[in-house]
Amino acid sequence: MTANESKLDSIIDEYNAEPGSLISILQDIQAKYNYLPEESLEYVAQRLDISRVQVFGVATFFKAFSLKPKGKQQIHVCMGTACHVRGSKKVLEELERKLEIKAGDTTADGEYTLETVNCVGACALGPVVVENEEYHGEMTPIKVESLLNSK
Amino acid sequence: MKVTSVNELEAIRSEILAGKDLDKPCIAVCGGPGCLANQCLEVRDAFVNEIAAKGLTDKVDVRTTGCHGFCECGPIALIYPQEIFYQGLSIDDIPEIIEETIINNKTVDRLLYTDDKAGQLVETEGEVPFYKKQMRLILGNNSKIDPHSIEDYIAIGGYSALAKVLGGMQPMDVVDEIKNSGIRGRGGGGFPTGRKWESTRNAQGDIKYVICNADEGDPGAFMDRSILEGNPHSVLEGMIIGAYAIGSNEGYVYVRNEYPLALKNINLAIKQAREAGLLGDNILGSGFNFDLKVNRGGGAFVCGESTALMASLEGKPGEPRAKYIHTSDKGLWDRPSSLNNVETWANIPLIINNGADWYSAIGTESSKGTKVFSLVGKINNTGLVEVPMGMTLREIIFDIGGGIPDGKAFKAVQTGGPSGGCIPESLIDLPVDYDRLTEVGSMMGSGGMIVMDEDTCMVDVARYFINFLMEESCGKCVPCREGLLRMGEILTDITEGRGRMEDLDLIQDLSEVLKDASLCGLGQTAPNPVMSTLKYFRDEYEAHIKDHKCPAGVCTELITYNIDAGNCTGCGLCLKKCPAEAITGETKQPHVLDTGKCIKCGICYDVCKFDAVRKE
Repeated sequence: MTANESKLDSIIDEYNAEPGSLISILQDIQAKYNYLPEESLEYVAQRLDISRVQVFGVATFFKAFSLKPKGKQQIHVCMGTACHVRGSKKVLEELERKLEIKAGDTTADGEYTLETVNCVGACALGPVVVENEEYHGEMTPIKVESLLNSK
Repeated sequence: MKVTSVNELEAIRSEILAGKDLDKPCIAVCGGPGCLANQCLEVRDAFVNEIAAKGLTDKVDVRTTGCHGFCECGPIALIYPQEIFYQGLSIDDIPEIIEETIINNKTVDRLLYTDDKAGQLVETEGEVPFYKKQMRLILGNNSKIDPHSIEDYIAIGGYSALAKVLGGMQPMDVVDEIKNSGIRGRGGGGFPTGRKWESTRNAQGDIKYVICNADEGDPGAFMDRSILEGNPHSVLEGMIIGAYAIGSNEGYVYVRNEYPLALKNINLAIKQAREAGLLGDNILGSGFNFDLKVNRGGGAFVCGESTALMASLEGKPGEPRAKYIHTSDKGLWDRPSSLNNVETWANIPLIINNGADWYSAIGTESSKGTKVFSLVGKINNTGLVEVPMGMTLREIIFDIGGGIPDGKAFKAVQTGGPSGGCIPESLIDLPVDYDRLTEVGSMMGSGGMIVMDEDTCMVDVARYFINFLMEESCGKCVPCREGLLRMGEILTDITEGRGRMEDLDLIQDLSEVLKDASLCGLGQTAPNPVMSTLKYFRDEYEAHIKDHKCPAGVCTELITYNIDAGNCTGCGLCLKKCPAEAITGETKQPHVLDTGKCIKCGICYDVCKFDAVRKE
């Protein structure tokens, strides 16, 4: 999938092409394509009249952005402190084993991307796994199988 | 709705209140993050459908609210006007609630909360021990309003503080009121808010900014999320008042991207406030102009640091700078800027409405008002609690939090997130305020309180925070970038059985360097989790190094799993679940675990119903 300039224009124009809205613009592009296609970054730099270094710098500095395409199902394992003390590491390890990928990677068939997040703010339910936008609280390694099979 | 003058706001409030029948039953379903994850929206829909089915749509209201705080018991619903507290709801319970409580005016006892200590059921929210000792000035309104309704906010007195300010207070009067209240920044550093406002007001420059830090990257804390989701207008009102006091006409809310609902609610609130004439030009006919923009964060913890947050607002990577010049003089785009946290802004209308004297009467000598804590980890009553400053850890953890689950022993409480430290059981009677926490080597931080029991390894916790900070360090300054990396390596060595006693001295030295030489708060406070665990739990470090043992049974490399043949019934569950095929055995015969093949995932330990799997 490549970035379509007219789609990018509509996002950029929504923020009046303000350089200060760079992060929000990139977030909207990412929401559209599931990642940041390289040519979209070049185009944003041109439209906002800022250096490519600044755009690539922001795109690689912040955790929210990915320059690699992501899978259809996105699984985020919360690694916040509350989740950590209740065993989120074991949940992550089990997901890594079951999906045969490491955190940050996408399965070869493009189905799943496994990622960690440093707190989703649902600490009372730890360990939490967010699958697409659905929260699954009080996860255990044993529950991982049914989570993956529910799709 | 358009409010064009201070007096008109009161007229509109009276009109809204006149249209509300306070005796009309209203079901307030908690829509906070905890309850959402427990399918509260299905429960809400079930209420709506059941009410419609009984032909009661005009007689009963259903409201989806922000977080009520008691996440452990979700989904929660409060039935007004009696304030009956129902918990742990499922859609199957709804017809009974409507039939019994709404129609027959009786409680459904099995859905009430049981006070174990008193051994009795409690009917109303105020009687639940979790709520009893709290002082919910900020959070209390969450259950009373629909966060999507500006009318609801106005009905409970919303924007009256703004009207008071614009109706006759000079900007300096407002600054003085905030200064006299003694409020300190709820973001964690605890800088006096009034002084920050005063310096921004006095700074040179025509354009000044007010900024709300809603980036809440602190793992284990979610109070800002719950305020923005549940009562966004209170934050807006605080910001408009702040802008008037400082002399600012533009502001920003920097919201964490991981909080989509908070983002949605604050955006809606801004739109409503603009339409109502509470934001924009000539607010309430006073001649004062102020407007706000929302920017989304990019998921970098360091952006909690004011200078990094401002860099990111300018569309740059979130790298902090040294604060030789305060942001109150040169902040966003080098202009005077006052950045405050969500909870700080939400406190402002309270102070203005009730006065500095009222506010400063709450709390301790050096820390005024209430503080919202997220009480999580190994604790019975997890959730958000709001207490006056100075309440002891014991009261918070045992009286409100209900103590430690499964009869385990309390070991420590971690406060202040990655900038804070672990406080041991011997200090359980410590009154919680900014200074007392700092004295014992921790910090207020944004208010995360993670309770740890005997099964938590303190070396692992220290490693966890250092790894977290290592990943989150922006990498601009050497002490933080290299120091954290090295500390992380040492702590990993210790947890994996390769530690040496001299490492403990090295960690101490590195900590001193980080504290003194890092550019921003991230690096300066990073040693706190390590130093506090080393101070209070040195024996655990020594057990890892000298005995190659993890006393809490957490560090994978230092534990082994075995099957106790005496207890094993040969049910085969562990064999079936073992991902490494390390378990063998015949049905109804004791099974055997091959420690050579075992990957120590702990699944056999978790699934065994006969206490036959042993962790050593």
